Amino acid sequence: MRIIFKTSYLQDIKLLKHSGYWFWYGLLLLAILLAPAVLDEFYIGEMAFIYIYAIAGLGLMIPVGFTGLPSLGHAAFMAIGAYTHGYFLNAGFPFLASFALAGIFGLVIGALITIPLKRMTGIYFAIASLAFAIIVEEIIAHWKSVTGGLAGLTVDMPVIFGFALENTWQFYFLCLAVLLGVLYCTLNLVRSPSGRAFIAIRDSEISAESMGINLSIYKIKSFAISGCFTGLAGALFAHRLYFLTPDAFNFLLSIQLLMMVVVGGLGTVHGAIFGAIFVGLLPQVIAIAKDYLPPAIGEFPGLEPGLFGVIMVLFIIFEPMGLYGRWVKLKLYFQMFPLYRKATFKRQKTYLKTERVQ
Amino acid sequence: MTFFKAENISIDFGGIRAVNNVSFEVDKGTIFMIVGPNGAGKTTIFNIISRIYSLTEGRITFEEQDITRLPAHRVVQLGIARTFQNIELFDHATVLHNLLIGRHIHCRSPFFADLLFLPSVKRMELAHRRKVEDVIDFLDLQHYRDQLIQNLPYGVRKIVELGRALCTEPKLLLLDEPASGLNVDETEDMSFWIDDIKKLLGITVIMVEHNMNLVSQVSDHVLAINYGESLADGSPREVQQNPDVIKAYLGEDKDAG
Repeated sequence: MRIIFKTSYLQDIKLLKHSGYWFWYGLLLLAILLAPAVLDEFYIGEMAFIYIYAIAGLGLMIPVGFTGLPSLGHAAFMAIGAYTHGYFLNAGFPFLASFALAGIFGLVIGALITIPLKRMTGIYFAIASLAFAIIVEEIIAHWKSVTGGLAGLTVDMPVIFGFALENTWQFYFLCLAVLLGVLYCTLNLVRSPSGRAFIAIRDSEISAESMGINLSIYKIKSFAISGCFTGLAGALFAHRLYFLTPDAFNFLLSIQLLMMVVVGGLGTVHGAIFGAIFVGLLPQVIAIAKDYLPPAIGEFPGLEPGLFGVIMVLFIIFEPMGLYGRWVKLKLYFQMFPLYRKATFKRQKTYLKTERVQ
Repeated sequence: MTFFKAENISIDFGGIRAVNNVSFEVDKGTIFMIVGPNGAGKTTIFNIISRIYSLTEGRITFEEQDITRLPAHRVVQLGIARTFQNIELFDHATVLHNLLIGRHIHCRSPFFADLLFLPSVKRMELAHRRKVEDVIDFLDLQHYRDQLIQNLPYGVRKIVELGRALCTEPKLLLLDEPASGLNVDETEDMSFWIDDIKKLLGITVIMVEHNMNLVSQVSDHVLAINYGESLADGSPREVQQNPDVIKAYLGEDKDAG
């Protein structure tokens, strides 16, 4: 076991707290950077897809995991990002400009939508955000001059400073760069006064208010930055899809995003990443499993969304801390070996307010 | 100049008048106690002061400023901090984290600076941490610094909540039953701390309390209320001997009549 001597307040603020962090995260980064040289192109494409999910997951984690605002409508922000990016790219804007605009549109719409929703909590907030997502989907389907309606909108290959990203590995590094940027911002947010205010609102609105936190402003900030990150994810998603149609951003995507943060572990930055890996791999696993299952089950319509639902319910019942909770327990098991006891986590099995129906 | 003044405050919940025409003044640097049987409206008065409830009638002024219509989060910025009877801490956070939230009103960094964690934010964070450590030392919480609230015993949580209120550097502190649920030793510690808060930190305290020992030990002025109306107002001794107060607490003596 590692024992850390704290001699400075900075040690509590630093992101990489000790040499172990440097070593393991360094190793992980190295593996990720070398992956395109080693792995098959198909896997690189899938990994890029997971990064896009992770960006959206981090975006969703801020309101759902930290501020306690369960959003069932984040597919809308993906759509806003994707269509904004696609539209401005087709209008001749350079890649970075239209990519930034996708983030800004997400930010502004996220802020605006929270103004009427800020007094709602729990399931009411979830339903209102679901309504928002459905409205956005309908607008996209009908605003033909901008979005192409149901006929769709094609998105060109990304070109940065005249350098076309034609290969999968180039797109992979683009997604990775955005993910690292968003990850850095989220980690900063969590250790800053704003992030603390978010967590305060999640745990007790009344006491957050009496500590001088302006609830409306912080809820708006939380949803705005979430809209921005998810919008950026949407912009990258647009390149992955090549062709945008409104039904790519339907209710199922919202559920997938929410499942990502719940299964990953609510209220943790790790959770968004774990959840993205899980949600990214699950369809592949289902596809492989289909070959081995009897056709009556394997060809069953709605198998995938059904399984998503079942997995989410099982996680909420048996592991409210999600995959991250498992990860912490596994780590502790090896650190404490052979003294680990299950009861260590007994008392911490409480639920966040987001998970309760209020 | 009156430090804190409540003039004829009343509040209705539907048809029920929970507080009726109560007036009181608090002098700077004193400990003002509100006592009364259960349901008398003590906590309601606290919720009115910290603007969780809105007054039906009346006026509240703090340092000559009218706070009757201020939003709740502005009240604490003026220097009025509070604790809750049933502990409203942030359960999924550490003690340190909870105390740092107490510093929120002194955090002035713009949102984008937080996102990038600019050097200015880092400097401010270190300064806040130092202030928080002062409070930790004052209340002897060193041992619990990195523990999650949900794993702490009740008595410690009470003290953490007091600490969080102190972190806001208030001028006026509202304590809602600080000794409820504490054992004899803990209550004694609490009474010393409240005394220290007054004498060392110069903070004025308004508190609600049932423990009469604590009331007579620390308070300078007592207001007794029952059914939302004020019964008696004066020094602890005067109030304890007031016949109306005795009647409210113990009932009437039939034979004496």
